[in-house]
Amino acid sequence: MKSLFSLLFGVFLLASPAVAQELGPDALIKKVTEDVLTVVRQDKEIQSGNSKKAIDLVETKVVQHFNFDHMTALALGRDWKKATPEQKKRLAEEFKALLVRTYSNSLTAYKNQTVVYKPSKLQGNEVDVLIRTEIQQPGNKPVQLDYALEKQGDAWKVYDVVVAGISLVTNYRDTFAQEVRAGGIDGLLQMLVNRNKQLENGKK
Amino acid sequence: MIALRVFSLVIATAAMGGLSGCATTYNNPKDPFEGFNRAMFAVNEGIDTVALKPLAKGYDAVAPLPVKTGVGNFFGNIRDVWTALNNLLQGKVGDAASDVGRVLVNTTVGIGGVFDVASEMGLQKHEEDLGQTLGKWGVGDGPYFYWPIIGPRTTRDTFGWVADTAADPVWHVDDIDVRNTMVGVRFIDMRASLLPADKVVEEAAFDKYSYIRDAYLQHRRSEIYDGNPPRERLED
Repeated sequence: MKSLFSLLFGVFLLASPAVAQELGPDALIKKVTEDVLTVVRQDKEIQSGNSKKAIDLVETKVVQHFNFDHMTALALGRDWKKATPEQKKRLAEEFKALLVRTYSNSLTAYKNQTVVYKPSKLQGNEVDVLIRTEIQQPGNKPVQLDYALEKQGDAWKVYDVVVAGISLVTNYRDTFAQEVRAGGIDGLLQMLVNRNKQLENGKK
Repeated sequence: MIALRVFSLVIATAAMGGLSGCATTYNNPKDPFEGFNRAMFAVNEGIDTVALKPLAKGYDAVAPLPVKTGVGNFFGNIRDVWTALNNLLQGKVGDAASDVGRVLVNTTVGIGGVFDVASEMGLQKHEEDLGQTLGKWGVGDGPYFYWPIIGPRTTRDTFGWVADTAADPVWHVDDIDVRNTMVGVRFIDMRASLLPADKVVEEAAFDKYSYIRDAYLQHRRSEIYDGNPPRERLED
């Protein structure tokens, strides 16, 4: 009887993180950023430019908090509606691979930066918010780094990352639109596939 | 003299670029002179590869961090004067006063601007120029240009840059050698600070020219709104 009780108690403990309160958008950004920085600060290989390790880190800690479908839709603009569900799925996969690689590589440039979290005035009933942070680095002016998040069910998902006012997502708009005009959705998909293959092989 | 030679190189390349540019049709309304701009971009990439980037890398490798920080602070302090004036022109009296305070503190306690004591005191650094002031006053971007050496500028920012440069104390140093050294060091220091971004741009961009153009336009829009541009609704 006693052992059954402790077994049940143990199961309850294991299960409880899953039912824990989801973090608010500001707390989420802070937690993920600090988790990632903690690893990067200790990992000499990432700091010396090991892209593979940086990508692994992003894959395990970051990507689950991003909505890549929404990001891809934003990058395509009105062309997104022209894509079939199958094309949308593949576009999002390829765009995700490209963004993860770009974002991961910026981690390998880490040099003693610290992140300051700007206060966000949240009412608690928003579904779409912008969380502002600032990267401070000795000897350089701070760089603004903002995240746009939306609420999906109980969880918050990032759908845009804005560095110094530059959206890493919408910066592709004109390039993508031009490619769709020239080669259609399949042309754009092929362009993304080719680029990811190139980068994978380590040659630009 | 060197400037003159670079200039004639630029004109020659532009003439060639102009001819070959006719073969392709560009249709970006923000960038009506894309053929010319792409030619200039190629010139700059060439200069960057053979001269600027190697110099910046050397500087980055040789100069210890305190030196680099000091150099950045020194020129930043000179710029703060112009930033203060532009904040005033934009009606941001509080920011302008804070910028004046920064210059006073950094020039004295910060030993001629080498140490950014003001930031540690909580006087935040701003960056303003005449292009931003004109933007705030309602002057539109105008066509986009990619100039040799100075790089991307909208039409409005090109005029802003001319005024920024005319007002720049560094260009008014009497001793030509000192002046040229200062202009050179500042340029290399600026280029060195951009080195980490190079790899990201190389990997992220399908077409480096348009990636930089679009990033520049977004960045300037954000600067004009002091980092808080109205969010565009992009779901269309």
